[in-house]
Amino acid sequence: MSLAEPLRRTVLYERHVALGGRMVGFGGWELPVQYRGIVEEHRAVRSDVGIFDVSHMGEIEVHGPDALAFLQWVLTRDIASFPVGQAGYALICQPDGGIIDDVFVYHLADRWLVVVNAANSARDLAWFRQHAVGFAVTIDDRSAQTALVALQGPCAEALLHAFDAGLAALPYHGVAAGRITGIGDVRVARTGYTGEDGFEIFCDAADAGALWDQLLAAGAAPCGLGARDSLRFEACLALYGHEIDAQVNPFEARLGWAVQLDRSDFIGRDALRAIKAAGPGRRLVGFTMVGRGIARSGYAVHDIDGTPIGHVTSGMPAPTVGGHLGMALLAGSAAAPGARFDVIIRERPVRATSLRMPFYPSRRRRTRD
Amino acid sequence: MSFTNPPELRYSRSHEWVRIDGDIATIGITDYAQHALGEVVYVELPDVGSHFAIDAIFGAVESVKAASDLYTPIDGEVLAVNHTLFDAPEQINNAPYEAGWMLQVRISTPNTDLLDAEAYAQHCEGLAH
Repeated sequence: MSLAEPLRRTVLYERHVALGGRMVGFGGWELPVQYRGIVEEHRAVRSDVGIFDVSHMGEIEVHGPDALAFLQWVLTRDIASFPVGQAGYALICQPDGGIIDDVFVYHLADRWLVVVNAANSARDLAWFRQHAVGFAVTIDDRSAQTALVALQGPCAEALLHAFDAGLAALPYHGVAAGRITGIGDVRVARTGYTGEDGFEIFCDAADAGALWDQLLAAGAAPCGLGARDSLRFEACLALYGHEIDAQVNPFEARLGWAVQLDRSDFIGRDALRAIKAAGPGRRLVGFTMVGRGIARSGYAVHDIDGTPIGHVTSGMPAPTVGGHLGMALLAGSAAAPGARFDVIIRERPVRATSLRMPFYPSRRRRTRD
Repeated sequence: MSFTNPPELRYSRSHEWVRIDGDIATIGITDYAQHALGEVVYVELPDVGSHFAIDAIFGAVESVKAASDLYTPIDGEVLAVNHTLFDAPEQINNAPYEAGWMLQVRISTPNTDLLDAEAYAQHCEGLAH
């Protein structure tokens, strides 16, 4: 028996059902896990272009004279250097350094937009409001009226170019507003969660159907949560609730690049400074299975003498890279290149060896922003 | 959506099918189960000679997304395992009642709790709501 609240539906729900999408619960939302098949959709994004309905993500706008100062206080990343029109990855941490959420921050013309994970949206909003005391800021939850569609893959630029050449020319992690005939006002960012080039397109919920239909008609393949997960997994992008949560700090998760300790104070800075100085007790490690089996999230990991050293955070067969791969949070020397350890699969130890991350090198240039 | 449930087979509520021929049972997973799983990419099956009680876990089928345990609908000893599934797990999707068979078991104790095709179809229908 479940006492969970009923699942919410995005404005594109009927389209997913009409396309044969297999609807599942995710983060409180009813979304398609796949349409035609996870592997086929995964390959469409690696070789061509796919679209994802990610309207479940939360959109929080921050504006007012202290908007930047407030975000510098609640985020680990130093975003003071982001010019208008730039977006970037950041973390919200607790005072003890545990990760509350991972977010994307967009510097818009007159305000900041923070896109947060659907399942954490209400908690993030409450956290922001709680910590906004003393800052001259307004915090608006824009999630309900905002739809978000991700257009991802090597052919994403050419597809978007047919709609708006200017938006298609955005630089990596650039964000700009525009207007597309027959759809309406949009905000487009050159961002994504697949390891491929691509765009994320925000629009009013009322315009989302037209946007979706036109991108589909232009040749983008509809892709579900299954492919979204396998794509982000190959690119070794963290998924909240798997690689990161409130019990994991950024240094353990190899997200230290999103934490700037030597700047204005922020929530968690003192703890993170101490963690960095001492060295994290465990590290996220990529691995490939040597023995037969697939490591799955939550499986225990033992060293080759049988001592427990951690757990698998994500694992699956990698459709593009090949092999049965995984990521695990492991203590001690297991993070060393070539380290060997055992994943406990259905009560049996199965040998694995560490593998350099990311498994699939991002098609975008290597700078973080 | 409707699924194929051959009338000559018997079915478990956990979506395994059984073809009984004398004291030999052939076991696989149903059309409903393969559809729910999506593309099967990996199969784990027991060794020949293993013995399983009813509802014991005898292996697993895995898609890109998830692993699902397999439960024996028959009490007995494993006589044969379909090794072709290791290299071609997609047979489970393409032909769940033929090339996708998993085990042959010598029946020790008959299972009187299995469903016929009609009852199994109703069971699946109930899961959809």
